[in-house]
Amino acid sequence: MHPAYSVIMFSTLSGAGYGLLALAALAGASHGPASSFAFGALVMTMGLGLVTIGLLASMFHLGHPERAWRAISQWRSSWLSREGVMALVTYVPAMVFGWLWLDPASPPLAIRIAGLMLALMCALTVVCTAMIYAALPTIRQWRQPLVLPVYLVMAVATGAALLLAIATPYGRGAAVLAGIAVLALLAAAALKLWYWHAIDNQPRDLTIGMATGLPEPVRQWEQAHTARNFVMQEMGYHVGRRHARRLRRIVVVLLGCAAILALPALILGGGIGAAVAAVLSAVATLAGTLIERWLFFAEAEHVSSLYYGSARV
Amino acid sequence: MTTLPDTTAPGQAKLGLVIDLDTCVGCQACAVACKEWNTQGYHAPLTDEDPYGADPIGVWLNRVHGYESGEGPTARTVHFPRSCLHCENAACVTVCPTGASYKRESDGIVLVNPDTCIGCKLCSWACPYGAREYDYRDGVMKKCTLCIDRIYNQHLEPEDRQPACVRACPTGARHFGDLGDRDSAVSRLVSERGGYDLLPELGYRPVNKYLPPRSMIEAAPTEPPPALAPIGPGDGSLVENFFAWVDRVL
Repeated sequence: MHPAYSVIMFSTLSGAGYGLLALAALAGASHGPASSFAFGALVMTMGLGLVTIGLLASMFHLGHPERAWRAISQWRSSWLSREGVMALVTYVPAMVFGWLWLDPASPPLAIRIAGLMLALMCALTVVCTAMIYAALPTIRQWRQPLVLPVYLVMAVATGAALLLAIATPYGRGAAVLAGIAVLALLAAAALKLWYWHAIDNQPRDLTIGMATGLPEPVRQWEQAHTARNFVMQEMGYHVGRRHARRLRRIVVVLLGCAAILALPALILGGGIGAAVAAVLSAVATLAGTLIERWLFFAEAEHVSSLYYGSARV
Repeated sequence: MTTLPDTTAPGQAKLGLVIDLDTCVGCQACAVACKEWNTQGYHAPLTDEDPYGADPIGVWLNRVHGYESGEGPTARTVHFPRSCLHCENAACVTVCPTGASYKRESDGIVLVNPDTCIGCKLCSWACPYGAREYDYRDGVMKKCTLCIDRIYNQHLEPEDRQPACVRACPTGARHFGDLGDRDSAVSRLVSERGGYDLLPELGYRPVNKYLPPRSMIEAAPTEPPPALAPIGPGDGSLVENFFAWVDRVL
C-alpha cells in the first residue's frame, strides 16, 4: 500500500495525544487535582493539540475535506465513521476532565469519574483507528490480531514518553512515569517484533491463479494498460519493501533508545539531565512511531495486486 | 445508508455481467466503450491527466488483462476483462463513512454518490478486485455503474438498454442480465458452462460470473481428419491432357 503521509501523521499524532490524555486522566483519577496549574494546562493543551493536529492532518487525505462532516453518519457499519464519532465525542470528557483537574478545589471523586471516562474514551478511539485497518480482509498484513494491541500499546508508549518529558522538569512523579514509559516502550518494541514475525511466517496463500480462477500456473503476459493507474499507485507500492529489514531495526533501536533515555528520570526522579534525556526520549519515540506507521503501509500487500502480476500475496 | 440490503429474498434481482473467457479476444472494445459512455454520463468526466504526454494517468472502469495459464498442451493465453462485480457482500459499501457508497435494494447495483463522496479511498482498499478507481482531479471515487443510465433508459432503443461494454463486444463474450432469476439467460449460461466467482474464499459473493475457457484438448476432434485424396494419374480427358502439356511447356 502506498504510504499516505496525512494518515501516518494522523495515527501517530492522535495516538500520542490520546495516550497522553489517557495517562493524565488516570493520574488525575488516582492522585486528584494537577500538581500545578501550569503543568496540568501544558499536558491538556499538548494532548488536545496533538489530537486536533492529527485530525486536521487526516483531512488532507480527503479529496473533499469540506464534506468531512458527513463521515460521522455511518457508524453502524464503518470503523472510519466510528473513529470520527469517537474522536469528536472524546472532546467532551477531555474538556470536563481538564476543567476539574486544573481546579485544586475540585472534589477528587468528580476528577476520578471524569478521568476514568476520558481514559476509556481515548482507548475506544484508538481501537476504532486500529480496526479501520484490522477489519479489511483484502490486506493480510493488516488483518492481524496483533494490529489492535500494537496501536493501543504504541499510543500508551508515545503518550507516556510525552508525559514524562513534560513532568520531569517539575520533578513530580517522574520516577513512576518513567517506569510506565520504559515498560510501554519495551512492550511496544516486543509487540512489533512479534507482529513482524507473524506476518513473515504466515503463508502467502492467495495466488494469481485463485484471483483469476484459471488453471495454474498463471502469469501475466500482457498488461491491461501501458500507463500507471490508481490501483497500481495506491495498492502496488514496492519501494518500502526493499528497505523494510533496515527500517524495522531502526524502529526497534529508536524505541530501545527512548527507553534508555527514560532511565535517568527513573533513577534520579528529576533534575536538568533527566529532563533533557526525557525530551530526547519523547523525540525518539515519535520518530520510531512515524517510521513504524510508514512501514505498516509500505509492507502491506493488497489482494488486487494479483491482477497486476503479483504471483501471490 | 451503507449497511447492505438483504439479498436472500426469493426473486431478489441481482443485475450483473457474465464474462466468457473462452471467447474474449482482448480487443479492448468493451474498455473503450465503457470509457466513452461513462465520461459523458453519470460519472462525467472520467478524468485523464496528461493524456497525450509522457506519463498519462486516467480513470477507467473496465480493464482487460492478459494472462498465461496452464502448462504443456493445455497451456493457453486468456484475455481477462475486470470491472466491478457488484458483490452481494460488498465491503466497499460497509466501510464507507459517509453513505456515498451504496448497494441498491431494487437491483443490487453498487454505486457511488459523487455529491457526498469525501474521497477517503477506504472503499478501494476494501475491494479485493481493484475495481474502484479514484479520480485525482474530481476528488471522488469512480466505479462501474452497470450503465444505469442505459439499462433503464426509455429514450434508447430496446437493444441498446444494456451496458456499453456488452453492446460493444464483437464476439459476444459479455452478457448482461438478472443473476437472481434462476431462469434468466445469464443464469442458464452460468449453470451450463460452469460459471465461477472470483476469489470466493474472501466471502464477497460477487454477482458477476466468469465462464472458464473451454479445454482445447476436449474441444479437439478425437478422430484424425480424413487424409486428402492422393493426386494420381488423371482420367485421360482432353482437358487434362491439355493442362499437362501446358505444365510441361512452362
